[in-house]
Amino acid sequence: MEIGVVFAGFGGQGILLAGKVLAQAAMERGFEVTWLPSYGPEMRGGTANCTVVIADEPVGSPIVDRPQILVAMNGPSLERFGPRVAPGGTIIFNASLVSAPFARADVRLLPIPMNAIAQELGEVRAANMVALGAVVKVLGLFPLEAVAEALSKELGARGRERLLEVNRQALLRGFSLA
Amino acid sequence: MKVLMRGNEAMAEAAIRAGCRTYFGYPITPQNEILEYMAAHLPAVGGACVQAESEVAAINMCYGAAAAGVRTLTSSSSPGISLKMEGISYLAGARLPVVIINVMRAGPGLGNIAPAQGDYFQATKGGGHGDYRLIVLAPSTVQEAAELVMLAFELADRYRVPAMILADGMLGQMMEPVELPPPIPPERIPPKPWALTGAKGRPPNVVSSFDLDPHRFREILRGLWDVYRQIQRDEVRWEEYQTEDAELVLVAYGTMGRICRTVVRRARREGLRVGLFRPITLWPFPSEPLRRLSARVPVFLTVELSAGQMWEDVRLSVDGRAQTPFYGELGGVVPTPEEILNEVKKYVRG
Repeated sequence: MEIGVVFAGFGGQGILLAGKVLAQAAMERGFEVTWLPSYGPEMRGGTANCTVVIADEPVGSPIVDRPQILVAMNGPSLERFGPRVAPGGTIIFNASLVSAPFARADVRLLPIPMNAIAQELGEVRAANMVALGAVVKVLGLFPLEAVAEALSKELGARGRERLLEVNRQALLRGFSLA
Repeated sequence: MKVLMRGNEAMAEAAIRAGCRTYFGYPITPQNEILEYMAAHLPAVGGACVQAESEVAAINMCYGAAAAGVRTLTSSSSPGISLKMEGISYLAGARLPVVIINVMRAGPGLGNIAPAQGDYFQATKGGGHGDYRLIVLAPSTVQEAAELVMLAFELADRYRVPAMILADGMLGQMMEPVELPPPIPPERIPPKPWALTGAKGRPPNVVSSFDLDPHRFREILRGLWDVYRQIQRDEVRWEEYQTEDAELVLVAYGTMGRICRTVVRRARREGLRVGLFRPITLWPFPSEPLRRLSARVPVFLTVELSAGQMWEDVRLSVDGRAQTPFYGELGGVVPTPEEILNEVKKYVRG
């Protein structure tokens, strides 16, 4: 078993953090895992993406050409990575920001209004956690609690109680919509 | 306890745990996290981190700190390592045990910041001027990167030979679970009686790579090459994976080494008898174990993120006893396991 997950969006949407929290959760649940960010000039004000590989044996390449799961948090990310998703895979996209139609019959398309949900929860920056909640459901490898724990760990000293609670709510909303 | 860490950060932390107390560097992608980590963490253990005005300055600061007997690190990426090469030659000549991390990117020239392995020749065959070698260690996981940094400091000190970690952008940037080795207590680091610590009460020490008398200099270099031969005898490291019954052995190091491990597993699932030979020390190159293997393995497929550099050492080791084809990628492109497996199938059938 080796599953590649690509998170992509604008710089500032918490793309790298979402991937890191997923990788952390998978590690704590005993999986082999790698996390690889896009690095260099494209991170400045442009797009950001990262790839997480979760496996039950040591990961060879952290680079994934055909991810099983794509999280596209904006339109350009869906256009860029959507065609690469492996047949039978899942594309979770941000229905709040993606307006252009995207059609593929051989993958599951999962529109989630990530920004709208995050705004409802009073914290627009939690849109990435809505996406992550959906990823955990689609993966079906470990409970949502594993990710919530990893998030608390990651936020650490930064994690004010209110922020943690909002992020937990965001995870739950994404999970229940997937 | 396993922690999720970037390769660059794990190498920096391992250096601190190895007793490194001075770091001198100049920023370049994809290894900036090493400088950042050292700036954040070295002062807390009483060390010093200096962002120098250039790579040339940084490597010469290393010369000074190492001459004073302090465990010293610098790091850069390919173009920056080229700039450091004059200084590295001086370190080799003066027998200064500095550890150098090269997080390789694609070259020549400015190239790009993607992972590549085009600096093999530079690292293992000289790179700087003169008759010298570096100990060159090539990690293939974040775990191994941390462990080899610790080893690099130990070997550099033991032999008074500079050591290089040859990593690449992928290994530097990726996060992976790592169990960090425990710190080495300062009293466990062997003393350096040759260091320039102030000559009060003892004859002065000399640290230099300079001697105008050819005969005297020849004797110094003969002594150095005795040390190199000892390293070649005692410090060769490699990993073999499923080579016992292999009809084809992949030869790959670092990032390509880990990807080829996946290729071996997939090939085996398809009934192909494929193994992996992964050099961990690139210098000294594991020629002898590869030579032994070539007595019974008919094909060695070398895979590199270059046009074929380690390939030359593979061919020298196999020395015509087996086929030695090559598969590589250029410019920072990393081949997928599928692409390599397709190449493997040109030589073996299930």
